[in-house]
Amino acid sequence: MPSAAQGAFRRLFDEIGSVDAVGLEERVAKYGTRSLKKAAKLWGLNRAVTMVDLTTLEGKDTPGKVASLCAKALHPHDEASVPPVAAVCVYPSMVRHARRALGERAPVKVASVATAFPSGQAPLKTRLGEVQAAVDDGADEIDMVINRGAFLAGEFAPVQDEIVAVREACGRCALKVILEVSELETYDNIRAASFLALRVLRTGDFIKTSTGKTGLNATLANNQVMIEAIRDFYLETGRAIGMKPAGGIRSAKQALTFLVAVKETLGDAWLTNARYRFGASSLLNDLLRQIAKEKSGAYQPPYYFSEAAESY
Amino acid sequence: MATAPRVSRNSRRQGRPAPELIFGDLWPYDPAPESADPKLKTRYDLFIDGAFVPAKSGRTFETINPGNEKKLADVALADAADVDRAFQAARRAQESVWSKLPGRERGKYLYRIARLLQDRAREFAVAETLNGGKPIKEARDFDVPMAAAHFFYHAGWADKLAFAFPGASVSPVGVVGQVIPWNFPLLMLAWKIAPALAAGNCVVLKPAETTPLTALKFAEILQEAELPAGVVNIVAGAGETGAAVVSHPLAAKVAFTGSTEVGKIIQRQLAGSGKKLTLELGGKAANVVFDDAPLEQAVEGVVNGIFFNQGHVCCAGSRLLVQETIADALVAKLKLRLRSLRVGDPLDKNTDVGAINSKAQLEKIRELVASGVKEGAELYESPCRLPAKGFYFRPTLFTQVSMSHRIAREEIFGPVLSVLTFRTVEEAVEKANNTAYGLSAGVWTEKGSRILKLAGELKAGVVWANTFNKFDPTSPFGGYKESGFGREGGRQGLADYVNLS
Repeated sequence: MPSAAQGAFRRLFDEIGSVDAVGLEERVAKYGTRSLKKAAKLWGLNRAVTMVDLTTLEGKDTPGKVASLCAKALHPHDEASVPPVAAVCVYPSMVRHARRALGERAPVKVASVATAFPSGQAPLKTRLGEVQAAVDDGADEIDMVINRGAFLAGEFAPVQDEIVAVREACGRCALKVILEVSELETYDNIRAASFLALRVLRTGDFIKTSTGKTGLNATLANNQVMIEAIRDFYLETGRAIGMKPAGGIRSAKQALTFLVAVKETLGDAWLTNARYRFGASSLLNDLLRQIAKEKSGAYQPPYYFSEAAESY
Repeated sequence: MATAPRVSRNSRRQGRPAPELIFGDLWPYDPAPESADPKLKTRYDLFIDGAFVPAKSGRTFETINPGNEKKLADVALADAADVDRAFQAARRAQESVWSKLPGRERGKYLYRIARLLQDRAREFAVAETLNGGKPIKEARDFDVPMAAAHFFYHAGWADKLAFAFPGASVSPVGVVGQVIPWNFPLLMLAWKIAPALAAGNCVVLKPAETTPLTALKFAEILQEAELPAGVVNIVAGAGETGAAVVSHPLAAKVAFTGSTEVGKIIQRQLAGSGKKLTLELGGKAANVVFDDAPLEQAVEGVVNGIFFNQGHVCCAGSRLLVQETIADALVAKLKLRLRSLRVGDPLDKNTDVGAINSKAQLEKIRELVASGVKEGAELYESPCRLPAKGFYFRPTLFTQVSMSHRIAREEIFGPVLSVLTFRTVEEAVEKANNTAYGLSAGVWTEKGSRILKLAGELKAGVVWANTFNKFDPTSPFGGYKESGFGREGGRQGLADYVNLS
């Protein structure tokens, strides 16, 4: 007889199907061979800018730093044609500072990680309180972490119940559910966790790869597993859930390859920041660098852009 | 896909349209043509005895780009007299130089050829794409590197033949006549020439009539490598030239890759002649997908199996055998995947499916597809736009196919997949083996024991498990039944190019 945990996983895998790691990695390697030129490249770069959740999640964050991050989010570049990013992503204590810096009807949203980010190891009551505080301070979006311990133990009901509880606490805020893929060990588990989350989310919510606080973050392969789960779930139920890879996407080239994967897996309807985001900080400057290069035909001097997200 | 069924029933009850994905024009990729210069000449002569010479008759034929139907070059047309000249040169080289050269010296030439091919990889990839219609990404990432890999691999064997066949004394066969097809012009040339030279044989090779250019460009590499004159001779032409090559009395061995029909003619011709013969012929491979297979990756493998090189692959997985319980889900996913395949200009780096090799082949595909419709199978075509000029065919799949349909029995050699279903393992094996061919097969399941069982029971030269169309110079490739005999690649492939005593 299989253990309870084994049985739970087997039943879930039977329902949603499994993933072959070799075939998956072969598939995503092909996205990297797409060649994006001229208008297609510029469109992709600009679209990627609009999808960035410009993030600072450091113990040393200050209201001043958050304010400069917000300024960067609204006007990423001197070039007026560069659009604002999707959101700034901060800790709950910084939400009100971000809200003040952006103003009320800003084109940039305020996202807050909550639920004892990144570990999630706090009592549910505490976590819900944190969500509530962020919402009260003016957050538009909440990024939560799932209970990986319960998931790996095969206790799926508590995992989903917690997501539902946070979803209720969110009210009208969009919810992004972080699976923390590097702690889920296998692609099968990533697909399983995606489905657990998808089944309790509303249209307009997101699933997200990682906190950015562990060794391995967003990769093309786990992005692919998750967008395929989103696609299968959408075709079955009609509920369109968004996707946010986070951590590890630093170059414009990488971001374009992720967008190619989205275009060829989920189609045009997901090529918008309502359904796809990049959780990143240094990515933005590389996107700007490449946009300037596409427009002028030459790379600008390196000191026109800053590598360090701290110096926004 | 099993998600909460309650939700889906609700959405249907409310009469909402079924959710669909949009693969539209929001973000079109700009044209991204490969810019390397293929360095094509306007005229190519035959390569005989180390030099480019016109045909004795002075006749030439045109070779075109199937992607836009424009002429690429005039090529000298070899007749029996030219073929004879080539065989005489090969015999002289064989007797006076090549068979006397120590293995390690032959190996040096092979290494040199391999490296020169790598040096000029982009140029050869573009030439291969222009002349054959395959997508540049395949020519660049598969054909050319794999051709070089075959020369590297066999260069390593050249001085180790005694170790390849322990206990036997190894000698070359002599002069070999080789005839290759148009689907992988450069790679098939490498599969043929590399083992022949490694084992100490000399060669007369005829490339296909529609794709002679990379073979003749390869002759430039042989000159650059200073390969002794006459060791390799290349004669271009159509069927008549091929017949002259295989029936020439100096050919100690004949190696042919092409259609089963022509293979049978050659075998009849050579019967009783004492010549060695290897044939690599057609196929109608079954890709068998069980209900426990990882569906997404199976779809990818099936697509790769049939649409790779527009389906112009003798081992293409042209019959999909899918377990009944997952047939609908798999076909739905396949149709979705077909919509994001990019069909068009072979030179564009983003093209997934290029041009059909020739007008004749396009007509053959059309004829067989029409027969499928007529016999009652259900047709699905990718909705992609096709270029106005050139030979193109939409990626196509047939459902409701039964074993007696022509599209389930005959080799289509195009981007057309026939989907059949099965219920039990025994039925899968029975259906997979119920064909005149036996070149390759694929099995998709998470169950290791089932893979081993099918690997044993499927009558096919290669059985891929949870993957498809994987090649390596070390791995022998060849067929059962009417897919031919003899192997290419690996030690087994080498054995066909030596006499053992």
